[in-house]
Amino acid sequence: MISPGTYFSRHAQALLSAFGRLIRQPLGTLLTIFVIAIALALPSTLWLVVKNARIAAGDVTDSIELSIFFKTDVPLEKAEQLTAAARQRPGVGEVTLIPADDALEEFRRYSGFGAALDALQGNPLPHVIIVRPDTAYANPQGVESLKRYLSAWPEVETVQFDGEWVRRLTAILDLLRNVFAVFAVVLGVGVLAVVGNAIRLEIRARRSEIEVTKLVGGTNAFVRRPFLFEGVIFGLFGGAAAVGVVSLAVASLIEPVGRLAALYGGRFALTGLEPLEALVLIFGGSLLGVLGAWLGAARLIARIEARG
Amino acid sequence: MIRFDHVFKQYPNGREALHDVSFEVKAGEFVFLTGRSGAGKSSVLKLLTLIERPTRGTVTVNGQETSTLPARAIPAYRRRLGIVFQDHQLLMDRPVYDNVALPLMVSDTRFRDIDKRVRAALDQVGLLGKERVSPAELSIGEQQRIGIARAVVARPTVLIADEPTGNLDHGLAREVMNLFRRFQDVGVTVLIATHDMALVREFAQREILIDDGRVFSATPPDPGSGASPTSGMGVVA
Repeated sequence: MISPGTYFSRHAQALLSAFGRLIRQPLGTLLTIFVIAIALALPSTLWLVVKNARIAAGDVTDSIELSIFFKTDVPLEKAEQLTAAARQRPGVGEVTLIPADDALEEFRRYSGFGAALDALQGNPLPHVIIVRPDTAYANPQGVESLKRYLSAWPEVETVQFDGEWVRRLTAILDLLRNVFAVFAVVLGVGVLAVVGNAIRLEIRARRSEIEVTKLVGGTNAFVRRPFLFEGVIFGLFGGAAAVGVVSLAVASLIEPVGRLAALYGGRFALTGLEPLEALVLIFGGSLLGVLGAWLGAARLIARIEARG
Repeated sequence: MIRFDHVFKQYPNGREALHDVSFEVKAGEFVFLTGRSGAGKSSVLKLLTLIERPTRGTVTVNGQETSTLPARAIPAYRRRLGIVFQDHQLLMDRPVYDNVALPLMVSDTRFRDIDKRVRAALDQVGLLGKERVSPAELSIGEQQRIGIARAVVARPTVLIADEPTGNLDHGLAREVMNLFRRFQDVGVTVLIATHDMALVREFAQREILIDDGRVFSATPPDPGSGASPTSGMGVVA
């Protein structure tokens, strides 16, 4: 039974051996890391596009609101009760009651029809409440569910909401998310292929060493270990380089995007990779690296047999 | 210790390399396996090192019948053998130390013990002090001695050598043979495949002559011959 100390020292030695091999071939190593970095940076950039688009869209969806018009015979007390009831409904963020008298006064002030309104015997306007959904409901399905709920009240005459643009915006964001997923899968497979191929070439170049190692009793696992560490190193450095590439790209775009947003009266600031996202990218790269190395090495090493 | 029982070996191309080969090498014996090139010596060694399996018959080493050994058990089996090659099979991009340490690295030996045993093995073959030197900087004779140190460093019970003196002049060949004799003296079973008949005569050990895949003369082992069986090689402390 191997002791933990020996086990870890064997792995440490395999890691050092892998580092040594890669350092001895700096150009090949750098090229492989560069290709992995580009393959990881592309979906990461797309991820940032999706993320920033969602943030930008979030500013827009903040302005989603439903106007609920009560029947004209609903008294103000009842409208206030219903306003309070609406506030309790899950998905409702903000509720504002506009009493009919306030609405009429406002209309009188801004419409220029004051004299005409004076001629009316009563107030023709109903009480209205404005409902803004919370973040979780600021989407077509959420808004539709609120609309159904509020329309079902007998005191409500009509609920107004123009939701077509929200649906379109959400569809665009969904499309971007799907494009990101496709890119991530395709380029992830690309990383597997790049690492797997690099490791296979390395194994072929070291065939005689592998044969000797097997002849003196080396197992497939022993022979495979440094190659797996090479995969980890490729992925780790490829991931770190991808974080660097994406961060540089974001840094170069922050100022022009901010300027563009300002022209539209917004205060949108481009968001880069969060620390957790950067870690996911680096460790995801390592995982792809070790997986690619395994795919490239496992069968090939098992097939190499000592010749004596 | 080593036993071939009616062994046949036919390669996929149809060539029959061994035909009904039977012989025995007792624990602690020093035996020459002789014959001209292509006679079947290498096939015998390939069966012993499990590079090949017999088509028929049984090969038994250290009481272990090798033909039924599963593939996953081969590395552990090979770790109990010491193998010396004619062309040394050294890792030229690694120093002498790493080459000799390889059989210990593939096993579960602790680093502290590896260092001790590598130095002892190098001392045995007269290469102590050349641990950090590349094998490429050493002479052919020294390279062969690295191969021998690597073969004995894990204290095998059986030492197999394939034409170990094939590339050496007579003086160096004698030196190498004397090394093998010293390992036999401490209980290691030594089987050397060679076609150097002058050397075979000079060292006057039991000889198994093989020709055209058949054993022509294999005197039975002298019951009194061989050192007492030991589980390890005492030379490399």
